[in-house]
Amino acid sequence: MRKQLMKGNEAIVKSAILAGCRAYYGYPITPASEIAEAAANYLPQTGGVFLQAESEVAAINMLYGASSAGVRCMTASSGPGISLMQEGISYMAGAELPCVIADITRGGPGLGNIASEQSDYHQAVKGGGNGCYHTLVLAPHSVQEMADLTALAFELADRYRTPVMLLADGFVGQMMEPVEFPQTAAEPHVPQWAVTGMAESRGNLITSLHMGSDDLEAHVRHLEAKYKLAEQNETRAEEWFTEDAEIVLVGYGIVGRILKAVTAEARASGMNVGLLRPITLYPFPTKHFQRLAPQARVFVVVEMSTGQLVEDVRLALNGVRPVEFLSRVGGNVPSHEEVLEFVRKVARRYLPAMTLDEEQMAHV
Amino acid sequence: MSSELIAEYEVVHGKAKSFYELYARKDELQHQTHYCPGCGHGQIHKMLASAIDELGIQDRTILVSPVGCSVFAYYYFDVGNVQAAHGRAPAVATALKRSRRGSIVVAYQGDGDLSAIGSAEILHAANRGENVTVIFVNNAIYSMTGGQYAPTTLLGQKSTTTPLGRSAENEGYPLHVSELLASLEAPVYIERVGLGDNKQIAQAGRAIRRAVENQVKGLGFSLIEVLSPCPTVWKMQPVEAQHWVRDVMEKTFPLGVFRDRTKEAKAWPAHEAPPALDRIPQILGVADEDLPAGNASLMARADDVDLHVRVAGFGGQGVLLLGEVLAEAGLDAGLEVSWLPSYGPEMRSGTSNCHVRLSREPIDSPLVTVPNVLVAMNEPSLRKFDQSVRPGGWVIYNGDAFPEDCARKDVHVLALPFTRVADELGDARAANMVMLGALLEIAGALPQASIDAALKRLVKNPRWVELDERALARGRELYRESCLEACHEG
Repeated sequence: MRKQLMKGNEAIVKSAILAGCRAYYGYPITPASEIAEAAANYLPQTGGVFLQAESEVAAINMLYGASSAGVRCMTASSGPGISLMQEGISYMAGAELPCVIADITRGGPGLGNIASEQSDYHQAVKGGGNGCYHTLVLAPHSVQEMADLTALAFELADRYRTPVMLLADGFVGQMMEPVEFPQTAAEPHVPQWAVTGMAESRGNLITSLHMGSDDLEAHVRHLEAKYKLAEQNETRAEEWFTEDAEIVLVGYGIVGRILKAVTAEARASGMNVGLLRPITLYPFPTKHFQRLAPQARVFVVVEMSTGQLVEDVRLALNGVRPVEFLSRVGGNVPSHEEVLEFVRKVARRYLPAMTLDEEQMAHV
Repeated sequence: MSSELIAEYEVVHGKAKSFYELYARKDELQHQTHYCPGCGHGQIHKMLASAIDELGIQDRTILVSPVGCSVFAYYYFDVGNVQAAHGRAPAVATALKRSRRGSIVVAYQGDGDLSAIGSAEILHAANRGENVTVIFVNNAIYSMTGGQYAPTTLLGQKSTTTPLGRSAENEGYPLHVSELLASLEAPVYIERVGLGDNKQIAQAGRAIRRAVENQVKGLGFSLIEVLSPCPTVWKMQPVEAQHWVRDVMEKTFPLGVFRDRTKEAKAWPAHEAPPALDRIPQILGVADEDLPAGNASLMARADDVDLHVRVAGFGGQGVLLLGEVLAEAGLDAGLEVSWLPSYGPEMRSGTSNCHVRLSREPIDSPLVTVPNVLVAMNEPSLRKFDQSVRPGGWVIYNGDAFPEDCARKDVHVLALPFTRVADELGDARAANMVMLGALLEIAGALPQASIDAALKRLVKNPRWVELDERALARGRELYRESCLEACHEG
């Protein structure tokens, strides 16, 4: 397949349509607006619906309608807009409606700024709405992954009948890289549970309401069982030079890219550094952490928030290994030089075998 | 005697077919509704069900139920059912209808749902002229939650949250939804009816039927506001409550048709058939056969390409395009590439920069914090990034003279008035391409065919392509001339 240079945000839309997405309802926000613009361009040409809603609240409830009708559908937003969508995300999780939501994160809280932060982790991964539910969360770190994980997101959304979020930062959304797409388009199909306004679906009901306490408990347990199944089957992570890693770097999205550069430089200066990059943030790739823990002396989490991913890393390791944390916020990105310096400090503390000579070498 | 009488008995007003025979979704009392005696919902449900029966659309109908007393409308209607979040029924209905254009979508909402929390959704659905039917049940109170005031509560009317009665000073005036929506262009039919007496009830039934029929004909947005009694929360006997609708509510909410454009309305155009699936990759511009093969075979010195480029300047100088042409040319030449724009406040306030990487190896980080080539299109950009340049790297600076306080001994510098050069070529805005030409000559790696191809892909106007080609060539010359000068001086 031939590759073409494309922005991450545009790749999401093209991949979505190839995956059978035929509806986009959204509200503009920087740095996600290119997604709406591409959807406005391509969906009407491919037999789909594009509508700019009056708010993110309306947009997510339109997805509720489109998904109820059995149409693969998506929206995109960023921080403050995702906050507004939490109502509908909770309803969709409760009513078991699949959809894909791209969160191209920006700085917060409140209006924050439009530069890149990773501070939507909690509201994506832990669920920002009411009730016991999760959204499955995928974290692309390249334009190719923006395309590939969008297709996966639609598959998972249908398989688990649940909203799936693509959690990408503004950099991954705005940058251009070569990308390739499948050469065939998936045929949209109508799930049996949908309400389509046709005779065969007349008996169907979409609701998140379960009045009896036993009814609701049974429903919540059913949702819980789905999440457990996803935890068993859907965790994904990339391991990069982890075979002999004593220091395991951890980061997702654009930070994952920076950590690859850091890994290369650290290895060049003699440190056994590797990278564990979660691709699914929920379900969290706990097994990968536990597998690497025996050989690793320390895990180093780098994150563009004051500490959200790091909490899940600590839970995954459950105290068996120390976790060091480097954080930048406000739209500042940790440079690989900055991270490398931090890793050197960590190495001095945790790697007794690191001799003075090696340490000096590392500074050359 | 009795058996003969029964034999002659004829059911005139039976249960509508569009109701379930038994309300199996209810936990108990499955032969009756959950509504209180004297509640208007039962009557309104029956009018809607009869309209569905008469129009023969039971299989096509999707009922969107709200949050409020009618949240359980799906207990009763034997149609497709979708239960929506509080106030959001018009948004849900919008997408249901747009997803399944053959369906008949009815949003059923109360006054708290529609006129308070869902005021934005109903306003915009109406304003877009969504081809749906909205039944708006106005009983001037929040009933499900036990009797709090609603936007439609009458002045002076007591509620649990207006214990002394609604006052205009504190809560404002009753909201006239039908009049408000009738001020919009798109709605086709808006009528307020009441359940205050038999005559009103008969008119309500006709209005609801018309509102559904309009949708069957594809005419557009119809809304029927129904003034409806709530004896329980109003603390009245059912008959008393019915009279209160007619004698009191109607004074604030006059009955009547506020909009009727059904005669002049045009049916929604038929939906165009979607394209064949195998055409979709082409439509999206991702089909292999439509993408260029590239010129990787022309790459002579591929092994030593490792460009970390930072381009910076004022907005409007073509900073991003310079980077994009470089990245596109790199891809054409078979290299790994990345292009990352600065975006954010600076994008709107005058300065701009981008990160470009070209390499034989996969790009780890697309962020270029230590460039080996800095293209500084103005002095502020030079000052911002000069110190970050890797020792042994290059600074290409757009200016008559390199500022002395920026001078570094460990980097190469090409400082020329590129804007003036571009101006001489025909347009000062081509300075970015003159600078790119110099960069390409310095880097020396990319085949000219790749650069030509990239330019043609990214610059659509042939006049600009021609100018940019000359600008690139001039940039290459300028670098070569500077080398010759350096040799002479040396």
